Parts: sequence; C-alpha cells; structure tokens
Amino acid sequence: MSEKKTNKVMIQAKNIGKRYGQDIILERVNVRVQEGEFITLVGASGCGKSTFLKMILGIESATEGELLLDGKPIPNEPGSDRGIVFQQYSVFPHMTVLQNVIAAKGFQKSSMTGYLFGKEKDVANQEAREMLEQVGLGHVLNRYPHELSGGMKQRLAIAQAVICKPRILLLDEPFGALDPGIRADMHALVLDLWRKHKLTIFMVTHDLKEGFYLGTRLWVFDKLRHDPHAPNAYGASITYDLPVGHMPEPLF
Amino acid sequence: MKKLINYKPNRTSNILLGLLPFAVLIMVYMVSSDARLAMNPDDKLLPAFSQMGESMYRMAFEPSKRSGELLFWQDTASSLTRLALGVLIAGIVGLFVGVLTGALPIFSAGFSPLLTVVSLVPPLALLPILFIVVGLGEVSKITLIAIGITPFIARDIQRRTQEIPAEQLVKAQTLGASTSQILVRVVLPQIMPKLIDAVRLSLGAGWLFLIAAEAIASTDGLGYRIFLVRRYLSMDVILPYVAWITLLAFLVDYLLNKLNRRLFPWNVEGQS
Repeated sequence: MSEKKTNKVMIQAKNIGKRYGQDIILERVNVRVQEGEFITLVGASGCGKSTFLKMILGIESATEGELLLDGKPIPNEPGSDRGIVFQQYSVFPHMTVLQNVIAAKGFQKSSMTGYLFGKEKDVANQEAREMLEQVGLGHVLNRYPHELSGGMKQRLAIAQAVICKPRILLLDEPFGALDPGIRADMHALVLDLWRKHKLTIFMVTHDLKEGFYLGTRLWVFDKLRHDPHAPNAYGASITYDLPVGHMPEPLF
Repeated sequence: MKKLINYKPNRTSNILLGLLPFAVLIMVYMVSSDARLAMNPDDKLLPAFSQMGESMYRMAFEPSKRSGELLFWQDTASSLTRLALGVLIAGIVGLFVGVLTGALPIFSAGFSPLLTVVSLVPPLALLPILFIVVGLGEVSKITLIAIGITPFIARDIQRRTQEIPAEQLVKAQTLGASTSQILVRVVLPQIMPKLIDAVRLSLGAGWLFLIAAEAIASTDGLGYRIFLVRRYLSMDVILPYVAWITLLAFLVDYLLNKLNRRLFPWNVEGQS
C-alpha cells in the first residue's frame, strides 16, 4: 500500500445502501479510506460504482447507512473539498484554456460574480499558467475547448480541479473516451499530481489493467447474491478490496 | 446516371437555381402588369416598376405637402424604433425569466405554469386592453410587441438553460462557485448566443405585432402607411413598402447572425 499512509480515516462508509424505487443498486457497503489513498473502482456497468462516487461528490445520497467524511456526515451538495473530472462536459466551453483555470481560482473567492481584478488577477493568472504548464497545456492557453483533443480537454479539467486544492479528487471514467497511447500519458500525469498535491483519489474505470496499475487499492463492485427471477432484488457491494500498485509500467 | 437523391448542385448552379424563382416571379409580374396596363393605362392593381419608382421617389425624397417630412424615412425610423424597443424589452425580460426558471428549480416551480398559460394568450386580443390602459401612443405598440414575444423568448431560454450539461454545474460547484457565480459565469455567457438566436426567431412575430398595431392606431410607420394608402388602391406604394419591410427583416436577421459569430467564436455546432 501507499507509504504516505497517515493512519487517519477520511472516508468511512457504514452499511451503505442505495435503492431507486424497487431497484436496489448498492447494499451493505462498509469501507474505510485513509488520507492519501488512490482507490480505483471497477465492476460491470450498473453495479453502483458511479453511484458510490456520486455519493462522495454529494449529488446522490445513501438511502441506508451513513457515509462519513472526517467522522461527520458528508455534505449533500458538491463542494470545493471534493474535485471531480467527468468523462465529458467537465470544462466550460465558452472560456479559453487559461480563462477556464483562472475562473476556477475566481470561484474560490466569495463574491457575486467571481471575477478577479488587479493584483488578485495577476496572481491567479500566474498560478493558472504554472498549473497548465504542469499538465502540458502551456502551448494552448488561448484556445477554446472545442479546438482541443479529447486528451487535452481532460488535462484541462484535471488542471481546473487540482488548482482548487481539493482534498479528494473524484475521477468518473476520465479516460474512457481516449486512445490507449494518450491514456498512458494521462496515467503518468494523474500519478504525478497525486504525489505532488497529496490527493486522495477515487477513480471509476472500466479498464481492469488501469485499475491495477494506477491505484494503491482496488475495489471490485459486484453482487454477492443473485436472484435470476428478480435481477434487481439484491444490490451490489464491494466484493474485493485489494491492495495493488507497483505494477510494471511496460504492461501498457 | 446518379440517383436524384445523390445529385448535389455545384456552387454556381446552386446560386443560379436560387435566383431562378425570383426571376420567374418578376417576369410573371411584368408580363401581367404590361397586359393590364395595355388594356387600361389607369389600372392601379399591377403598376409598372416605373410607376412604383416614381411613387417611391416622391415618398423618399420630396417633403410631404402636409407635414414637410420625408415620409418614407420617417415611417422607417418610427417602425424600426418601435420594433427595436419592443424586442429589447422582450429580450431582457425573457432572458431574466428564462435563465432563472431554467437554472433554479425553485423559480421553475413558481413560474413555469404561469409562463405556459401566458404564452397561450393571443397577444393581439390584448391590444384593446393596451389601448384602454396605456392609450394610443407609442407605449401601446411597444408593449404589444414586448408582450407578444417575451413568452416565446423566455421559454426558449428556459429550455436552452436546461440543456447546459449538469456536469458543468456540478463541476463549478466543486471549484467553489456559489449560485450567483454559476449563473453569471457559467450559465449567462453560454445563453447569450442562444438569446440572439431566440430574438432572430421571434422577429417575424415582432413585425406582425408591429404592423398590426400601426394599422389600428398610429400616425406614421411602415404598417400605418400601407394601410392608409390602401384606401386609394395605391399598389405603387404598397408593393415597394412590402418589399422594403422584407428587406429590413432580412438585414436585421443577417446582422444578428453575423454578430453572433463575431461575439461568440466558441459557439460552434457539435461542440462537446
């Protein structure tokens, strides 16, 4: 596991369940996550891994059990301590690359509009440029998102999220739509940012190899019980919780 | 031989094919006009282009004997001012209502049913009420245009606002944005090009309400003029005025489209 482990429980799920009407998506999820872990979530489609991510994000809530952040119930709306990168639509199409990141800085300020002026603006501008340099977008500062490739858009979305210094970074199949070659670059970037900014990362992925290679801990979501006559009668849970990592890079 | 469905005209034939119906229409008019004038030189129904030219020259460049104004330009300025003010008010109100009801569920719950009902009221049926309440002056005409197209713009903007991917709104919140910051920085800028599109679509209705209002109670304006000279069967004035209104409508639409492209270069079709 990670050598950065601080033995402090950050996220704790106590017997969490989620149902939509008659359909049970998740049941009896019990886990503890410490600060600095890099957790990858894998499993078949519709097995609740994205739902679990959305609970941490705050846009879904558990129908049973409790999800705690630092011992307190997790807020039921998104906040700046939990960053997110979705598979798509994660950047603002009406702002250039640089403006996207500066806007993220502006949102940190509590004002009506989040526009920055004077010295604050210069500082944000400088920080944004450095951040974009770090994710490899230093050469496209003035382009609009529609002029970027899929990989570059995701780099921008990550830069936006990381510059706000979240404690937790949530990645919802962020590289699902990218070519394999580009994916390897993105993995390097995410690992680099994870170490540099001491993030706790949850990443949903369909790619098992990615899950094994990237994380310090791999969760497999699956159904423990199955009723063939009522496929939705039982929900999924975390069936495997494996310490992973240190996979040889040439696997990719 | 290609199937007809696969036959695409090239650039030149595209333009020529586009012009053809216009040429045919003008030809048909000229032939019919000549035929009628040959039988009766005083015919008023299908005046020759030369007669229209003379009438329009009189309207545009010779001061009116009664008021001393150049009627054509006076009419144009009055009508465009009314239309612009009406559309401006409708645009601002529609934007405000549309964004708030589209982005904030609590506003939507409060106003959407009302908006739906209001949009079903036929605006022209309200015209007598406007005349009674605000009088026959400029205000009633501008109000009619504003009332007529505001519900359309508001509903269109509401729908466009709801079309903004939820991911963006969640993302903004994870960056620390407040509700007002999301509205001002994320929603509003993305809605502005849609507002211009909505205004373009509503201008046709705007002209309709303008001309209707001018026909009923006015002392100048393009709509007023064509309804006035109808009494004298002055087709030599009516036809050029209709053509002029059409040209103005086309120009406004064209300019708004250009403006949209110029102001919002990021607004491309098929963006992600």
